[in-house]
Amino acid sequence: MFRLSSYRDFDWVLLGFVVVLSVISVLEIKSATVHTKFHGFDHKQIGFLAIGLVLMFLISMIDYHRLLDIAPWAYGISILSLLAVKVAGQKVLGARRWINLGGGIHFQPSEWVKLVLIIVAARYFWNLAGKELSWRDIGKAVALICVPMGLVLTQPDLGTSLTYFPILVSGLFLGGIRPKQIGVIALMVVLLGGIAWKSGKRLKPYQQARINAFLDPDSDPRGSGYQIRQSLIAVGSGGIWGKGANKGTQTQGDFLPIPYTDFIFAAFCEEHGFVGAMGVLLLYFLILMRLIQNAQTAADLPGTYIIMGTVAVILFQIFVNIGMVVGLMPVTGIPLPLMSYGGSSILFTFLALGIVMNVRMRRFVN
Amino acid sequence: MELNPQTELAAGKAEKLPVAKLHIAQYIVAAVLLVLSIGLWRLEVVSADNFRALAQANRIRKVPVMAPRGRLFDREGRLLVDNYPSVSCYLLREQIKDLNADLPMIAAGLHLTVEQIQAAVKRFQSAPKYQPIPLKQDITPDEQAFIEAHRNELPELETLEEQRRVYPRGGFAAHLIGYVGEISEEDLNKEKYAFYQPGDVVGKSGVEATYDALLRGVDGSRDVIVNSHGKEIGQMGETMAIPGKDIRLTIDLDVQMAAEKAMEGKTGAAIALDPHTGEILALVSRPTFDPNEFSVRLSRSYWNEILNNPDHPLLDKAIQAQLAPGSTFKIIMSYAGLEENEAQNLRVMCNGGATFYGHFFACDKRHGMVDIDHAIPWSCDVFYYTLANKLGIDTIAKYADALGFGERTGVDLPDEAAGTMPSTAWKMKTFHEKWYAGEVISVGIGQGAVAATPLQLARAIGGIASGGILHRPHLVFPDEVPPDQLEAIHETFPGSGEKTVPMTSENWQIITDAMAATTVTGTAAASHLEGIDFAGKTGTAQVMSHAALARSGGGHKTVPNAWFVGMAPRRNPDIVVAVLWENGDWGANSAKLGAQIINAYVTKQRRRENNLRIAQAAPPAPSGVATPGQNGEPASPEGAPQSN
Repeated sequence: MFRLSSYRDFDWVLLGFVVVLSVISVLEIKSATVHTKFHGFDHKQIGFLAIGLVLMFLISMIDYHRLLDIAPWAYGISILSLLAVKVAGQKVLGARRWINLGGGIHFQPSEWVKLVLIIVAARYFWNLAGKELSWRDIGKAVALICVPMGLVLTQPDLGTSLTYFPILVSGLFLGGIRPKQIGVIALMVVLLGGIAWKSGKRLKPYQQARINAFLDPDSDPRGSGYQIRQSLIAVGSGGIWGKGANKGTQTQGDFLPIPYTDFIFAAFCEEHGFVGAMGVLLLYFLILMRLIQNAQTAADLPGTYIIMGTVAVILFQIFVNIGMVVGLMPVTGIPLPLMSYGGSSILFTFLALGIVMNVRMRRFVN
Repeated sequence: MELNPQTELAAGKAEKLPVAKLHIAQYIVAAVLLVLSIGLWRLEVVSADNFRALAQANRIRKVPVMAPRGRLFDREGRLLVDNYPSVSCYLLREQIKDLNADLPMIAAGLHLTVEQIQAAVKRFQSAPKYQPIPLKQDITPDEQAFIEAHRNELPELETLEEQRRVYPRGGFAAHLIGYVGEISEEDLNKEKYAFYQPGDVVGKSGVEATYDALLRGVDGSRDVIVNSHGKEIGQMGETMAIPGKDIRLTIDLDVQMAAEKAMEGKTGAAIALDPHTGEILALVSRPTFDPNEFSVRLSRSYWNEILNNPDHPLLDKAIQAQLAPGSTFKIIMSYAGLEENEAQNLRVMCNGGATFYGHFFACDKRHGMVDIDHAIPWSCDVFYYTLANKLGIDTIAKYADALGFGERTGVDLPDEAAGTMPSTAWKMKTFHEKWYAGEVISVGIGQGAVAATPLQLARAIGGIASGGILHRPHLVFPDEVPPDQLEAIHETFPGSGEKTVPMTSENWQIITDAMAATTVTGTAAASHLEGIDFAGKTGTAQVMSHAALARSGGGHKTVPNAWFVGMAPRRNPDIVVAVLWENGDWGANSAKLGAQIINAYVTKQRRRENNLRIAQAAPPAPSGVATPGQNGEPASPEGAPQSN
């Protein structure tokens, strides 16, 4: 069932890009935290990366069809774990997102739910393969994603809940949604969005403030607009070549908020400039292209769907995070894959990549 | 590798990979990353300079470095005004997150009221945001500790070490030195203060105000690198403050001290100046005030005390009191009469008064037959009634105007009063009435509409003493001030300036001889200084008419003002004094005060001469011994005192 010779087919090139990005991440986390109480997070990040690598190899050993088999169970457990967070989760900064597993390990179910949803969606749309998507099919798919999404949204964690959305979009896109249906859905989203915005009850005040701040960063420079403003200053002042490693004044002076997680790209841009930023974007481009290439060579549809679900999530996170950093998107707490500090985020990415490797290694099967 | 047989779903599905859609996905990825690249390009390449500036502003805080204000010295370099280091608390508006929330804490820690802080903030509303608002000056160590302890919660508070003005001698020479205070909103709108900021400390009166531009120097700043909590983490650069210029005044501390002592406990003013140059040697106004009270925080009680004092301590009576000069005006009358060839041969019979235009004008005693040589020392009113009547108001006014009456002297002090010298034109202009010939009679003895400041009187007497040369009185040596600033000051304080009035040496001789006689046998005989040849003239000026006096029922304020003008030595005098003792009753009383000042001056000059002689007789002088005459003392030979 599993042979070591399969690792000839392991995507070592992809892994190479990932490792380079991870090293950049560790160095930037070190730089951004060196003068703060978070000093040493770079070492922790190395630890997460090591665990991530191990898990990536482990999950690549398990045939992804197995994962497809257990998907319904995993889905059920996901929902339960999210409910558990609501009941027993640890409250940090007013949000219940983590379950304390003891020993200083905090587990964030919403991250692993992402992984489950990728597989669940792959299985769901694979089942519908070959036939036209009916409204009923679309409704089911939406429900499948929206249940966990709703639960995460109430934690509250708008950022993570939003990352489930591209999985749905990817599935619908590949599963054969028709242009007419897209039009109707778009219309509904606009209408519902408008109603939700009008009623204003759907969003917490701080979320509303964030969106307001995005629309007009100068309206509240000390409040919600502060982060965007400081981020823009950090990025912009980096210029073409940057200020140099460990020399970002906005980062080192503690002006840039959370420069080691959500705003790590801003810190990186400040210290390494446009050239450095383009380097990182190029790495992301290569990784994503490599992933799509793997999707093209997958043995079967579920393999393609899994990879494209992963691509959708990663691309979405890159777009939202960097878009936020450069002022194109509102502030949402979405980490930058492979760059932001944080165990759950890294483990998700590496597990997802492990499954991609898995698909690749089994590409000649069918 | 085989498909896992347990994977039931895999069975029997006809699968075609969505190749076209995967291609589209590649384009989507490329497009998304391109959008982000453009966003980065916009920030890091197009607007980089702008953001670099913002980043600088973000982390660089300009901390002002106050220039120490120039010190003031007397003409011999003796310290009159100094600075001492003090710590002030400032509010940095850029650091404020929620001022209203912080107000109670700040107020408690700094021992201020919330209203006081709000008022300070309001005052700075129009000032640029980066400019710190002064909250409290001269804070205590406790208050300083409070600010340090709450740096994190109150990053908007900043302490700053400053130089505060200190007047070591308190009320000594307070009127000429003046005081400093925070610039008023009203002043900020004036052109003169165009480059001043709210909160700046400026000279409010006296030399402090006149020479403010010179004294204040140029504030510097330190560019401090701060983190987002406002904590200083380094320094970028520094613009050094340029300290204000130390200024040497023309004041002679010894003469000033004598004048201060003479005026102790009285209301009025005393002025001493060098008629050759216009340098003011002493200027005293009483009652005085303590400028220290203004330089830090003016207490309400002190302010009320000053406001409620009927003798107006803030008023500089030497340049602002406009009073009838009384008989001191007879010097001017004599000058006019002599120049018009009316006084030389005038003989008048004084029977204790005389009648002019149907009114009886009294003299204080029967002087008998009086000529000019006696009219001055005896201060015979009848002689001057007669002389005035002969000259007429416009002739008198012509000479008085030439000597600076009715016009500011142009002294380098703010708010000088002009006084009044009546004439037919003046009366028409002021009251739209014609001049009645009879009105000239009281003008002849310095009453009626004539009003002069002690400084005007001193300058006029100085003009006569020096044989007709009038200088602009000043408190600062002109070479201490850059020419353009000096010009600006002269423009700000216009006056008659330098001028020469015609005077023959015979007339000069007659007047000065008669004034010398005054201090020997005349009205100031009681002030005679043995061995000192000085000349003078007393004046006793009614503060109200006899009729009004009778109605008022007496009282302190109805007592006549006592004047004295004097000079020494008689030949070529180098000091002229004018003393006004309000309600001093009798000119002879003021003469005693004037004599004290002259005595102090002459004694000092003699001691100086002696020391100089000793030093010259026994060369070489041991090192470390100060040579008299240094510090720019005009060592003019004519300045040497002469004895009779």
